[in-house]
Order: sequence, then structure tokens, then C-alpha cells
Amino acid sequence: MSWKKALIPLACVPVIILLAYGFRTDPKAIPSPLVRQPAPGFRMAVYDAGELSLETLKGKPVVVNFWASWCYPACYEEAPLLESTWRKYKDQGLMVVGVDIQDKEANAREFMRRFDFTFPNGPDPGSKISIDYGVYGVPETFFIDRQGRITYKHVGALTPALMEAQVQAILKGN
Amino acid sequence: MGSQVRGAGSLAGAPGRRHGRWPGFALVWALVWIGLVIPGVAPAASGSPNPDLEDQVREIASGLRCVVCQNLSVADSPSDLAKEMRNLVRELVQQGKSREEIQAYFVSRYGEFVLLSPPKRGFNLLVWGLPFLAIVVGAWGVYLVARRWTLRREEAEPAVDPAYAERVRRDLREREGPAGP
Repeated sequence: MSWKKALIPLACVPVIILLAYGFRTDPKAIPSPLVRQPAPGFRMAVYDAGELSLETLKGKPVVVNFWASWCYPACYEEAPLLESTWRKYKDQGLMVVGVDIQDKEANAREFMRRFDFTFPNGPDPGSKISIDYGVYGVPETFFIDRQGRITYKHVGALTPALMEAQVQAILKGN
Repeated sequence: MGSQVRGAGSLAGAPGRRHGRWPGFALVWALVWIGLVIPGVAPAASGSPNPDLEDQVREIASGLRCVVCQNLSVADSPSDLAKEMRNLVRELVQQGKSREEIQAYFVSRYGEFVLLSPPKRGFNLLVWGLPFLAIVVGAWGVYLVARRWTLRREEAEPAVDPAYAERVRRDLREREGPAGP
């Protein structure tokens, strides 16, 4: 085979490599530049409980969950897990914070009542916290270690195994 | 709205006094003035958007991807999140941040995905360069194929054998028969 005839199959190689790379990548998975970076600080009015500032939680592992009452079914699926995790680990210093985005207050309150939320939740007027965390949908959850760094970001409903692993990681300070 | 009413009152008053003896003309004059001046005054008085600021916001927002849409810019998307992002861009512009600083802020939150045009560096250069490279390689390929076809045609048409040509001419003459009576 002359070099000219070999040129055509050779030219296909980079195209095949590019296609293989493209098909193996999830186009919906957008890596967050915030992972391993300090968590953006925020101050939030909490439903019926005054104000909450992330700065005041420094030294504590924190789970920040972005949710909305209109986010069905994913937010409804993970809501009991958020509450049970908070109850299980709050004595070990874990903080769970819910940020309710683009929601109506009455609907948000009904959602919290339905799942018996006892951890602090508050609205995000102007979506300022959401944009500061690079949120592009709900639910999204950020795990923040005791040093105030984001260790992991999860898009979609949390599963018990993932929640347990990530909470253990930030509790141990890994 | 309150400022519009105050503006209309003060503007309507002066022509009325000037033409007090002719109430009908004064009324028409006042209405003309209200019609001409109020549209220009009202927006500023009611605190409506600053066109320069809005142009700047639109220009920056048109380079940012609406993260909840399919290939729409923050400037063009009707989504709530895009609206909030536009508001944030407006706030940052008002704080004196440059276009580059605002873009850098959004990239630090969403990654380069948030830019509608990927920056021309590193791996992204492939995205910018490949189409031009494809055009050049394609044009070269078309040239090569066209050249090969031309050469083949020339090779496929051998010179006419003189004996064969002579025979064809003879056959044609015989077919046409003797010329004239």
C-alpha cells in the first residue's frame, strides 16, 4: 500500500478519537470550578428563624442544598434524606442548610411542612446565592469541609450511599 | 407616575398664563406642549433604564450562555435565571466592573461553559482552527481529485489512428454517393 492510499485511513484516526472522546463524555455533566475552592460566603434570611451566615458556620462541616417546591420529583425524593442526615449528624457538628430558589413562599412552607424540615432553610431573592454557587438547576448539593472548602458538588437527587460517603468525608475533614 | 403628573402640571401652566385671554388657544397650546415634552421628560423622571447602561448590560449578557437553555444567551433568554443573571450583570456594571471582570466572575462560578464563545487558547484553539483547516484540506482534496480526473480523461483519449480516420472518411464518401450528376 502506497503512502497516499494509507493517508485516507490515517486521516480517519483523529476523527475516531474525537468521536470516542465525545461519546464517552456526558454533555450534561458540567464540572464545577468551585470544587476544592473556598465556598462563597452568603447571608440568608431563614424562614421563621432570623438570619444565617455561612461565615458563622466556619469550622463546621456544612451541606448546602438548593431546592424548590416546584422541583418534582427529584427534590421530593431527596428531602427525607436531608432531614434524616441532619438529625443523625447534627450532634457531631454537621450543618445542613437549604436554599429555596425561585419559589413562592407559601409553596416552600408547604414543602418544608410536608417533609418536617427542622434544619435552616431560606429563600434566595434575586438568585444571588444560586449564581454565586454556579447553580443551573435543582436540586444541587454542595459539601463543605471544616476549612470552608467545597469538597464535592452533586447535581440531581441525593442517594443514601452518596450522602453517607460525602458526609463522612467532610466530618473527618478529608 | 407621580413625577409625570407634577411635570405635566408645571409645563401646562406657563402657556396658559401667556395666552390667558384666549382660553381655547391656550388649551391647544398647552396640549401641544404636553404632547411634545412629556414623552421626553417622563422616562427620566420615572427612573426608567439608562440606555447606555442597558446597551452595556446587553453586550456583556449576549456573550454569556443561559445555563438552563439550549444555546441561548443570557441577553436573549426569557428564563428566570437568565433574568437574574442580567440583573447581576447590571449591578456589577453599576459597581464599575469591566466586561472582563464580569466574565471572569461568571467563569469562576460556572466554568468556561458559561461563555458562548470559548476563549482562543489551549484545547479551544481546535474549535476555532479546525473549520478553517477542514476548508483548506477539503479544497486541496477537491483539487487533487479534479486533477486526477483530468489526467485520466487525457489518457483515455488516445490519438486517432490515421488509417482508421482515412477509412471513416472513405466510408462516409461512399455513403453519400457520387457528387452531382
